[in-house]
Amino acid sequence: MSRPGAHNPGPVLVRFATAWLLLFGLAADARTEPLVADLSSHLIAITTGFTGTEVLLFGATEGEGDVIVVVRGPETEATVRRKRRVAGIWINTGGVTFERVPSFYAVASSGPLEKVVAPEVRAQQQIGVEHLQFQAPGDISESRLRRYRAALIQNKQQAGLFSREVGKVTFLGERLFRTSIYFPSNVPTGSYMVEVLLVRDGEVASAQTSPLIISKTGIGAEIFEFAHNQSALYGVVAIIGALVAGWTAHLVFRRI
Amino acid sequence: MQIYLPIAEMSLNVFLLLAIGGGVGFLSGMFGVGGGFLMTPLLIFIGVPPAVAVATQANHVVASSVSGVLAHWSRDNVDFKMGFVLLIGGLVGSTLGVILFSFLRRVGQIDLVINLAYVMFLGLVGILMLVESARSMLRRRRRSGAPRKLHQHTWVHGLPFKMRFRKSRLYISALLPLSLGFVIGILAAIMGVGGAFLMVPAMIYLLGMPTAVVIGTSLFQIIFVAANVTFLQSVENQTVDVVLGLLLVIGGVIGAQFGGRLSAKLRAEHLRILLAILVLGLAIQLIFELTRTPENLYTVAALAPGGGP
Repeated sequence: MSRPGAHNPGPVLVRFATAWLLLFGLAADARTEPLVADLSSHLIAITTGFTGTEVLLFGATEGEGDVIVVVRGPETEATVRRKRRVAGIWINTGGVTFERVPSFYAVASSGPLEKVVAPEVRAQQQIGVEHLQFQAPGDISESRLRRYRAALIQNKQQAGLFSREVGKVTFLGERLFRTSIYFPSNVPTGSYMVEVLLVRDGEVASAQTSPLIISKTGIGAEIFEFAHNQSALYGVVAIIGALVAGWTAHLVFRRI
Repeated sequence: MQIYLPIAEMSLNVFLLLAIGGGVGFLSGMFGVGGGFLMTPLLIFIGVPPAVAVATQANHVVASSVSGVLAHWSRDNVDFKMGFVLLIGGLVGSTLGVILFSFLRRVGQIDLVINLAYVMFLGLVGILMLVESARSMLRRRRRSGAPRKLHQHTWVHGLPFKMRFRKSRLYISALLPLSLGFVIGILAAIMGVGGAFLMVPAMIYLLGMPTAVVIGTSLFQIIFVAANVTFLQSVENQTVDVVLGLLLVIGGVIGAQFGGRLSAKLRAEHLRILLAILVLGLAIQLIFELTRTPENLYTVAALAPGGGP
């Protein structure tokens, strides 16, 4: 089912991108643009055969520095519940609802984060899962908040929606860099922000953000939209479909 | 080959889904039950969100019950009058069940309630069936004793609003099938099953219906109850995945034919003991799941970002 073109843009695209960047880079020289970057695709279409995909990010820097890439999915609310043993059975008790939790989060860097960028900057720019600043409203003790926050991150990592490790940004020569961002099949839809930071001496020297849209297309999108916009009609159609399927099965197998 | 399920919002292997549909269909054809009580736990096990599994399963039950009821109708084994009375209770019960389902989902207890309901009813039905079939096997060996009465008279026969059900050869209070339909309707909505595994024993032992008309009649009323659940789940929770449902139906109807053929070769008591063991096995597995220390103590429920594709 996989279309090789969609998964791995291949050397042709890279070469094209490199050539394009060189031209752009020369033009940028005049204006001394310290950082330019772009994605191989600004739209990920979730079709019926979607099993996850990779998006290539490439760019060029002016002068020294490391590159950090941060990808954020649309923000949501998330409720974390803890299981406790009650009368021998594990049941959900007490929950904490966090606000503004990115539905997807990934980081890539050209060097180890601790060496590349100062801790204050990491905290301020929310680089790395440990620096994500989602808040829980209400009166919750600090230690409880910390435990639930850690659990939320761990669950998101297990689902493949938060990166476990920092991805690699590789330099091709002095100025050109590239990295690939992987989106799993359960990736939430919506508008994403891809932030590219140029870091010098532990400080952010330049930044650029590119939007990325992930949306369902084709028959799957139509079914989803139908189910949500005209849910009563959808229910009726689902029932009629099941009735016809059952009746057909009866007719087919009566003959055999 | 992977397929993206638009409502479950995940990719699953097409052949895995066809195999699950086929396997459950095989068992349901063999034992004459809908198989929802096997299908829903299996779907949850492979990662389908419980809410989607339960709602989609209701849609699948509609399809499998239609083909079943048509086969029984052609043999004149459906008591429509009894079916309608059960149905009225079933519609009210399943509507209440879907409301309860949405509420439990909001407070984060739906998984627990689904599991507990399964443990309780699978355990109960499994034990009852095991005892009953062991007893009937003993009876067959001894080949003695007085001929069995049509049914025993108990307090339930003193209830008001008596109705005559010709096909079932019964004269009982309408309150009995009404409340039976009601209770099983609630469970059908919460557990994502047709409820035949509860309805059939209740009709035989509680109402005293003749076995021949029991399966056809229960299938008849299940169609409407399952259709009601499908509709309400679509409106209330938008969790019916028609792509998933279609794959399960395709696997299911093929499996059911093979199961039906095998069951013709086996003795009824043996079939019932096999089913009882299967049901009890599942109940024990679920008890184990509920009491075992979970690997991850925390669960996350995320709200959809804005909605829409």
